[in-house]
Amino acid sequence: MLPTLIFLLVLFVVTLSVAAYSTYGERKVAAFIQDRIGPNRAGPFGILQPLADGAKMFMKEDFIPATANRKLFFLGPAIAMTTALLTGVVIPWGGTLEVFGTTINLQGTDPEIGILYVFAILSIGVYGIMLGGWASNNKFALLGAIRAASQMVSYELAMGMSVVALVMLTGTLSLSGIVEYQIATHWGVVQQPLGFLLFLICAFAEANRAPFDMPECETELVGGYHTEYSSMKLGFFLFAEYTNMFMSSAVIATLYFGGYDIPGIHSLGWDPNIVTILGMIAMFAKTFFFIFFFMWVRWSVPRFRFDQLMNLGWKTLIPLAILNILLTGGWLVFKNGF
Amino acid sequence: MAAAMQPLTNRSKVVSNKKMTLVERTYLPMIMVGLWITLKHFFRIKRPTIQYPEVERPRSDIYRGQHVLKRDDQGRERCTSCGLCAVSCPAEAITMVSAERKKGEEHLYREEKYAAVYEINMLRCIFCGDCEDACPKEAIFLTDRIVQADYLRMPFIFGKDELVEPIEKDKRVDVTKRQTPAVIKFKQQERFAHNR
Repeated sequence: MLPTLIFLLVLFVVTLSVAAYSTYGERKVAAFIQDRIGPNRAGPFGILQPLADGAKMFMKEDFIPATANRKLFFLGPAIAMTTALLTGVVIPWGGTLEVFGTTINLQGTDPEIGILYVFAILSIGVYGIMLGGWASNNKFALLGAIRAASQMVSYELAMGMSVVALVMLTGTLSLSGIVEYQIATHWGVVQQPLGFLLFLICAFAEANRAPFDMPECETELVGGYHTEYSSMKLGFFLFAEYTNMFMSSAVIATLYFGGYDIPGIHSLGWDPNIVTILGMIAMFAKTFFFIFFFMWVRWSVPRFRFDQLMNLGWKTLIPLAILNILLTGGWLVFKNGF
Repeated sequence: MAAAMQPLTNRSKVVSNKKMTLVERTYLPMIMVGLWITLKHFFRIKRPTIQYPEVERPRSDIYRGQHVLKRDDQGRERCTSCGLCAVSCPAEAITMVSAERKKGEEHLYREEKYAAVYEINMLRCIFCGDCEDACPKEAIFLTDRIVQADYLRMPFIFGKDELVEPIEKDKRVDVTKRQTPAVIKFKQQERFAHNR
């Protein structure tokens, strides 16, 4: 019990700091891609920039519009932040550690329906944005929220179906089970290339990241669902976006890149603790690569128009996901017989 | 019958509205190309950025920056508050209040009249150097110093305390780069009214 609590606390802190430093990373990546240097004034190489940004957020006036629904206005960012943090609990960050006779599982909890849990939390995450946009009592915020909701609901479908194929292959909904299956055979990306591509595209849409960053749009919507937000409430929305990005990257790494698996490490016969720690480092390396990939794409690709976005989701990704399920099913039948 | 229009140059391109192929419609190959381009930029050495307060860009010797009001060899202010600089200023950034030199002030001001108040609004100034051209007394010059940034607007109205150079010989502002022999010769031409 106690080791789990400590692990969860550490995970909480790590998640928050990774999200904070993602903002710094985003600014640095954007700058480097555009041949600039980026933030470099707050501390060496600007590494204290997230702290300065946080302090700035707290200092700002916390403004609530007179016509806003106060309770829901508070609830929006709270839900967005909470749901963003909840996903990390089921992700297997590593194997098990043996410290002083106690076993620490580097996974908060391992429900048998881990993937369903992740999707459920993602769905609740939409409420934060939806409530925030609705409670602002501002037509632009509401339009942003509607866009966010319709986008996330449509892409959840394709996302879920692309995972169905993977679940058919592994035969389990538990995230650690999927990682173990990948350790025993090959990584998911090798077995499900089409599924991986679909999941990746949908992950971009679910995290509201470019090229699918429809809910935020200065040209059409003034700001987006958070037009009326200021101070740390706005900070929570932005923070939730980066936390979501971190969690999406972790889920991609878990489902399609073997999670904490390092190919061939078990044949070396090293101490299990060292293997676990190396595995955890590998897991974080994979996750960070995908965070970088999210940013890399954002600063390379122009955004979609909203109707193009819906066309892509409903007319391309969902049929492809169904095709992927059929192909996987056919292959399973071919391999195992009826 | 109208003749078919002749192209003036051969550089015009016919725009085609052809249907995209299946590969093009997936967008993925072109996205890969785009990602490769941005990745190349990511690892490029950032040469053009200059870390400003620590490193300054090289400036011309005759850079037109913050003004200085010169003193003569004996440390007297050269400005006689004639107002030609204010008249010539296209941005109307210069104002002054004249005063008469009293007995015993001969070591401070060179001529009978002097500027009791002399203000340049550095936010209005466009650093064109017309004041310097107009000055018949070789009193005002633009220097290669940069006007420092500030948080408020008021500090940008520079009075005599910031404009007049220090009286100590070793702290004088060097303007020989802008006051070349050619400039001095030009200033002595009689046909310009203000030089008479």
